[in-house]
Amino acid sequence: MNGPIRKVAAGCMVLVAALLVNVTYVQAFQAEELNQRSDNRRVLLDEYARERGPILVGDTPVAQSVRTDDEFAYLRQYPSAAIYAPATGYYTIIFGRSAVERAENEILAGTDDRLFARRLVDLVTNRERKGGGIRLTLDPAAQQAAFEALGDNKGAVVALDPRTGAILAMVSKPSFDPNPLASHNLAEQQDAWEALQADDDKPALNRVIAQTLPPGSVFKIVTAATALESGRYQPESTVPGPAEYDLPQSTNTLPNQSGEPCGTGAEQLTTLTNALRVSCNTAFAFLGNDLGDDALRDQAERFGFNAEPMADEDLNAATSAFPTELDLPQTALSAIGQFDVRATPLQIAMVSAGVANGGVVMDPYLVDEILGPDIVTVLDKTEPEELSRAVSTQTARELTAMMVEVVEEGTGQNAQMDGIQVAGKTGTAQTTPDRPPYAWFTSFAPADDPQVAVAVVVEEAPDTARNDIGGGRLAAPIARDVMAAVLGR
Amino acid sequence: MTVDTSLVPRRGRGTELVLLLFAAGIATGAYVAVDLGALGRVPPNALAYLGGLLLIAGTAHVIVRRWAPHADPVILPLVVTLNGLGLAMIHRLDLADAEAARQAGEAIPRAAAPVQLTWMVVGVALFVLVLVLVPDYRVLSRYAYTAGVLGIVLLLLPLVPGLGYDIRGAQIWISIGPMNFQPGEAAKIVLIVAFAAYLVRTKDALAHAGRRVLGIDLPRARDLGPILVVWLMALGILAFERDLGPSLLLFGVFVVMIYVATERFSWIVVGAALFVVGGLAANAVFGHVQARIDGWLDPFADVDRFGQIVQSLYGLAYGGEIGTGLGRGRPDLVPFAVSDFIAAAFGEELGLTGLMAIIVIYALLVSRGLRAALVLRDPFGKLLAAGLATVLLLQVFIVIGGVTKLIPLTGLTTPFLSLGGSSLVMNWVLVALLMRLSDAARRPAPIPAPVRVDEAVTQVVKLQ
Repeated sequence: MNGPIRKVAAGCMVLVAALLVNVTYVQAFQAEELNQRSDNRRVLLDEYARERGPILVGDTPVAQSVRTDDEFAYLRQYPSAAIYAPATGYYTIIFGRSAVERAENEILAGTDDRLFARRLVDLVTNRERKGGGIRLTLDPAAQQAAFEALGDNKGAVVALDPRTGAILAMVSKPSFDPNPLASHNLAEQQDAWEALQADDDKPALNRVIAQTLPPGSVFKIVTAATALESGRYQPESTVPGPAEYDLPQSTNTLPNQSGEPCGTGAEQLTTLTNALRVSCNTAFAFLGNDLGDDALRDQAERFGFNAEPMADEDLNAATSAFPTELDLPQTALSAIGQFDVRATPLQIAMVSAGVANGGVVMDPYLVDEILGPDIVTVLDKTEPEELSRAVSTQTARELTAMMVEVVEEGTGQNAQMDGIQVAGKTGTAQTTPDRPPYAWFTSFAPADDPQVAVAVVVEEAPDTARNDIGGGRLAAPIARDVMAAVLGR
Repeated sequence: MTVDTSLVPRRGRGTELVLLLFAAGIATGAYVAVDLGALGRVPPNALAYLGGLLLIAGTAHVIVRRWAPHADPVILPLVVTLNGLGLAMIHRLDLADAEAARQAGEAIPRAAAPVQLTWMVVGVALFVLVLVLVPDYRVLSRYAYTAGVLGIVLLLLPLVPGLGYDIRGAQIWISIGPMNFQPGEAAKIVLIVAFAAYLVRTKDALAHAGRRVLGIDLPRARDLGPILVVWLMALGILAFERDLGPSLLLFGVFVVMIYVATERFSWIVVGAALFVVGGLAANAVFGHVQARIDGWLDPFADVDRFGQIVQSLYGLAYGGEIGTGLGRGRPDLVPFAVSDFIAAAFGEELGLTGLMAIIVIYALLVSRGLRAALVLRDPFGKLLAAGLATVLLLQVFIVIGGVTKLIPLTGLTTPFLSLGGSSLVMNWVLVALLMRLSDAARRPAPIPAPVRVDEAVTQVVKLQ
């Protein structure tokens, strides 16, 4: 029987070898892939076992982790609840994370290579690993002012530093409280999530960067810029501004909001400056067709349209669009920000900021500094970068003067500030008859030394009668409050 | 002048004692490491624990010295190491359960490790009993049919209404008063004894060649009776007790034993064919077999449904090459970590290194059993040793292969590691039989007398 026993022994050896090879494959070669699977709870628990770094505004944490006594060792807290939610985003166990919590996760969780040296020290000293901090560009005064000024209206406010592109305020309403979403009580987390998803007003949507709307008359800044850049128009050049513009190739007409002509004399001519001041639809429709859709598109793209803003895709910024292949009536409508032109509030703020910054659009950014786990050492600081030159210095200067007229004498008077010259533009974008128009305002100040550029959109204002919804009345005061907060007034 | 018995080869009892000290040291070290890792402190009763283990192992050692003095000195230390590691991991999972209960604000569940320690004592007691009561394994060969009937009765017990009950779908438990027992664990050993005794009597008949197909001499059709009976028994376990593992184990070990007995490879062919037929039929008839195969082919297709194997793989991956360290991982995230999936828990906390070491310990244990089978001279002893060694290896392969996704998952305990009294106790009995067999294998032949003068110079002769 010894022959078969030897063969059985050999067979046993083969089985043992198969076990050893297989565990080696699973634990040494397949391990990395398995560890990265999103449904792998161990990796999540590992992340929770480390103190996640704070998200700071100034020196105040707007997201921080505190020690708890449960399975997930650290609880994420958002001391100002809904105010900073569009920027911080949420941090959930079940549903992932969003905004900066997502985009900067590797720093906050402490796994980024920039924290490598620190990790080595921790390893040697056997100290618990800790994540790095993120300092946002937000200005607490501006954010607070924007949050309060927008009130119960549905809409968004964004403020930029036109010289750098730093985002100073980012408010989206209705907002949400990220705290219950971070709850370690999974049932509570689930309920909060479902309530958030079920809300038709989409509180988790960051309306500043993630939703495009028809910009309406604020787009006239782009059309005016196209005209000035063409070299064929000066601010004092005249264009026809009748009560109604006959759309070419069509029997339809495009009226002014007021129903009145904005020009004077028999030919009802108006200067560009005056057309912008009173937001003259007919004049800008004429300009649009005179300049052509290619020129308008080119100018819009130099302000940032048709390109994804904020390179980090984890922020989910939407791309503002100026459509392609337009016929003449569509071009006329596009020139006043209607038809299929769509823009985020951030894009509109970038237009103002570009004008304010002598024609150069700076790349907007939200993360100012990346801090070490001690929240003192600066590991990385965002360097302001030029996105594009939208218009010449000369054109920028002329546009500024025209936008100052809008605030001082025109539709944007509600944005006036004592002792500070403000440049701005209103917009009231019509969509469908069954919903109120979008009230826009964009501005920058001081006009001679711009330090802040703002865009405001109010989608719905529950306390305002439909006919009273307009950029000048509803949105301009909000922009004024935010600018005042940034300028310390 | 007489020749002293010191002429015989080394018995190795001193070696066994030293190795047992190591084994108790490893077991206690693991226990201390668990508490250090999970609670950050040395367990206050560490020394008492070491003392207890030494007492248990020492008792076994003393009995072996007296009742099986020539037994292989490596077997007992390997088993104590495995049993000790199992205790440490069960304690580790107790701590995880207690922590989970504390966080949920629930009452802390009763710890399982002390229970397992009690079963270890019972197991060693039975080990002692077997060695004392069975001084010569050959008496077992008389009980071929008694053992066969007893084995079948044990297998059927869980199906008796009022006595048997099922846990997680497998009807393999019986309950007598407060005691729960898996009679299948005892049936495993009893049936191997029965197989060995039966095959010794019939091996010559079974070795007759029948028809020759594809260069292989198939057995005669009329000799297929026994293998068909065992095959049907295995299918019966599968059908009525819904337990894949024991079914596979029983059939596998019988096929190996009939091959060893007859020296005819054709029996392996016949066994494989029956396995395929049975497997296909089971796959077609029973949903739980199909589910196991689906979970093996692609567990990530339905992570909720195949959560066990997925969590097991996550645990293994998390452990990586060197593991998280005892008490530092999350083996409690794997369902049934304490029983079927304890290998995954070891893979997580001791890493690839630790899991490989455990597999190698089993391999050593099996090789010691097979060595006894090779050296023994009587066919019954050879068959019994080969059968016991094979069943141990098959069980380890089926369960560790299952939790590491080498083969489809089947419900089996990991010998000596898993929580469970029946399994632990009966595996101690299995080891007692192996010790008895290796004692016989290594016992020197009676000294031939007189000693020839030319050989005498090479021998150590003690003058009295």
